[in-house]
Amino acid sequence: MSLLEVKNITIKFGGLTAVSDFSLSLEKGEIVGLIGPNGAGKTTAFNAITGIYRPVSGSVHFNGTDITGMLPDKITKLGIARTFQNIRLFSNLSVLENVLVAHHLRLKSSFAAAMMRLPGYLREENAMRKEALELLESVRLTKFANEKAGSLPYGQQRRLEIARALATHPRILLLDEPAAGMNPKESQELMEFIGEIRDEFDLSIFMIEHHMQVVMGVCERILVLDHGVTIAEGNPAEIQGNQKVIEAYLGVEMDA
Amino acid sequence: MTFELFLQHLINGISLGSLYALIAIGYTMVYGIVRLINFAHGDIIMLAAYFVFFGVGLFHMPWWLSALLSIVLTALVGMGIEKAAYKPLRDAPRISILISAIGVSFFLENFGIVVFGGRPQAFYSPKVFQGVIKLGNVSIINLGIIIPVITIILLMGLVYIVNNTRTGMAMRACSKDIDTAKLMGIDVDRIISFTFGLGSALAAVGGIMWGLKYPQLHPLIGIMPGLKCFIAAVVGGIGNIPGAMLGGFILGIGEILLVAFLPGLSGYRDAFAFIILILILLFRPTGILGEKVAEKV
Amino acid sequence: MMGLKSINRIFLSIAAIAVVFAFLIWAQGNLDAYKVRILNLCAINIILTLSLNLTNGFTGLFSLGTAGFMAVGAYVSALLTMSPEVKAMNFFMVPINPALAHLNAPFIVALILAGLISALVGFLIGAPVLKLKGDYLAIATLGFGEIISVIFTNTQTITNGALGLKGIPQYTNLYWSWGTAIVVILGLITLLNSSYGRAFKAIREDEIAAQAMGVNLFYHKVLSFSLSAFIAGIGGALLANLISTIDPTMFRFFLTYQILLMVVLGGMGSITGSCISAFIMTVIMELLRVVESPMNLGFINIPGIPGMRMVVFAVILIVVVLFMRQGIMGEKEITWDMLLRKGAGRHESSGS
Repeated sequence: MSLLEVKNITIKFGGLTAVSDFSLSLEKGEIVGLIGPNGAGKTTAFNAITGIYRPVSGSVHFNGTDITGMLPDKITKLGIARTFQNIRLFSNLSVLENVLVAHHLRLKSSFAAAMMRLPGYLREENAMRKEALELLESVRLTKFANEKAGSLPYGQQRRLEIARALATHPRILLLDEPAAGMNPKESQELMEFIGEIRDEFDLSIFMIEHHMQVVMGVCERILVLDHGVTIAEGNPAEIQGNQKVIEAYLGVEMDA
Repeated sequence: MTFELFLQHLINGISLGSLYALIAIGYTMVYGIVRLINFAHGDIIMLAAYFVFFGVGLFHMPWWLSALLSIVLTALVGMGIEKAAYKPLRDAPRISILISAIGVSFFLENFGIVVFGGRPQAFYSPKVFQGVIKLGNVSIINLGIIIPVITIILLMGLVYIVNNTRTGMAMRACSKDIDTAKLMGIDVDRIISFTFGLGSALAAVGGIMWGLKYPQLHPLIGIMPGLKCFIAAVVGGIGNIPGAMLGGFILGIGEILLVAFLPGLSGYRDAFAFIILILILLFRPTGILGEKVAEKV
Repeated sequence: MMGLKSINRIFLSIAAIAVVFAFLIWAQGNLDAYKVRILNLCAINIILTLSLNLTNGFTGLFSLGTAGFMAVGAYVSALLTMSPEVKAMNFFMVPINPALAHLNAPFIVALILAGLISALVGFLIGAPVLKLKGDYLAIATLGFGEIISVIFTNTQTITNGALGLKGIPQYTNLYWSWGTAIVVILGLITLLNSSYGRAFKAIREDEIAAQAMGVNLFYHKVLSFSLSAFIAGIGGALLANLISTIDPTMFRFFLTYQILLMVVLGGMGSITGSCISAFIMTVIMELLRVVESPMNLGFINIPGIPGMRMVVFAVILIVVVLFMRQGIMGEKEITWDMLLRKGAGRHESSGS
């Protein structure tokens, strides 16, 4: 049984079908890419997996549990974390606080315990601070720990968003265009970084990316979406050679 | 309850509902374009009634002239409020503009108390409105007929403006997507200003008729109708003009019938609208005629 | 981990509280009744402003229900502290519900119950309406505040209806009001620095991202809303036992708007800002009473202008939101670290 099993989901907005009959199985430790032209429904598919939209048909199973239509926070708690296409950090909170928020879901102490600062709560708080700092260290953001997240440069905001997602202790990480707006050097670093965190945190990764170099470089398997329909699936070499994909997408993109 | 009595209440309800509909349209048009609950809209009603009151009482103008002047003045006040308190905040977080609206409303109410005095005043009502028509056992005062008739005429005019004029088309464009409307060369500032003027003028008519129906003038009379008409707009589907009319009638008729059938609850009359609001927001947040808008993630 | 720095801070806080109380002991004995009353109102307004800031400024829930929650707290405390004789005198139109006639409790119990019952009402209201966002939430909570006032006008056997309650014992003194204010301030500081407080702020910053990071929106919103109602209920109770006469029309949206002004002026999301602005506005409002009462300057009589205070109030609110949207403090706080740095004249910012 795959870690993530998406079966034939269809998502509609009013009369418009944004994604139809989308299926995916993600194995442990895999890095899978999702590509397709703008408006193909990639982010919508993400939103259905993470619970923001409810598919009209089909199902999503995570580790054997049916998570179709579950609330996003429950899904995150089970072990699927994500980043956003248009970075959604808590801009006015510090970098450290951003990561600490993602630890909140594992907090065992009650509200009353936190208000009375009981030893049990303080232990948890200290432990989460320690872990958050380690996480910031591993994404090389330690020196910004007390800065406002909104004041970080773009590339670092992307990295912080990934760190924040990792703090939820996910087993699957969904990255929505992590290389958007990055220069070639930064994307190269990002590719290495994605490989590193996969190994270090024992993750499976499912990512949307426009940056072909990144997708082809880091993904073991790729799905291509066009107008909500999956038109191809295969390893990078197969995708690059696929006539349908070239017509729908790559032909245009590669020339550019 | 006899059928005649029911009919009597129904006609009362329609007349109240017409007033709600007229006022609710101002809310819905403004919300449709600038996404703002214009908290001051209710107080506009109060101003309109006072303008007539002073026109007749202080300047000894004929009644109809006072009413006309009041409508014009009220429209200008509505546009002035937009320029002074909302326009500078158009790019600010929505909460800021909401706070500004609350401030304006609070200002008008207390300004009314300072300038007009806190004591209730009697609103002058010409004889024409007071006659009684008898239909079998049902007796209706003229006003009960005149209010719905004027309302229907105005609403038809409004629908014509919105659907068949260039300005109306621009208004519709702005409510769909204000940024794109701007790119298409629409003078958005002018359209917003026009919307406030038009909404305030309709509210003025509503306010004057309100004064005729309940001839006790007080600086705070606008608050409750204001809140209820906002609710009417939400019930019908905010941003949707036919929806606001529908909501107005539902609220007006519902309120009168509630009091008529369950006199024990008459003390809760003002709570009725809020209960409807909560129910609609929970079960159909887009209102009866509203469209669903998904938030982009 | 308790470093030297945090021990210092705790010491400073205790010292500051001690200074405040020394002042209060002096004030309670030496200032005239009018000045003491203003100081009491300052503390109560600080409490109420913090209550509204918790939802509006820290959790991003634009609520306008404060006056309603104050009403609940005020009536609970009034009914618990009035003696049976005073109650009998009040309820001359419709007799009081026998279950309430002989109810009596010490002030501290009355205050806590006022808060708890208000929180319960907050929970019952919050559970359905907190699904709403932005201005819809504002209007729904405003509506609920109004409904509470309508209900209290109609439940004559419990609230004495529109006649209100008179002769509520004036238990609120500077110790009670400022003691409560300090507890609320310390409580909020603890809350906002805890993991729960961070979750509140995350919801304010970006609801969708907060939920995606595993924050249970419903739980935390209802928690914040109920806590805010709890604090507002206690504020209402302190007010009732200060002014000794209450009626349902007191607790309408006018009151909420005044507190909203204090929140906005101080800065949405700043505890110190709320305290400063509540203090300043309370004093200004008292000073402005002059314009409402007739003045006799010996040679000339100036008639008072009733309602003028509230006009000024409204103008301040509009001016603040138009020209200084961040208020006095924005989201910043005055902290001991900041004061110490300034005091020592060291201007370089140390990293920690």
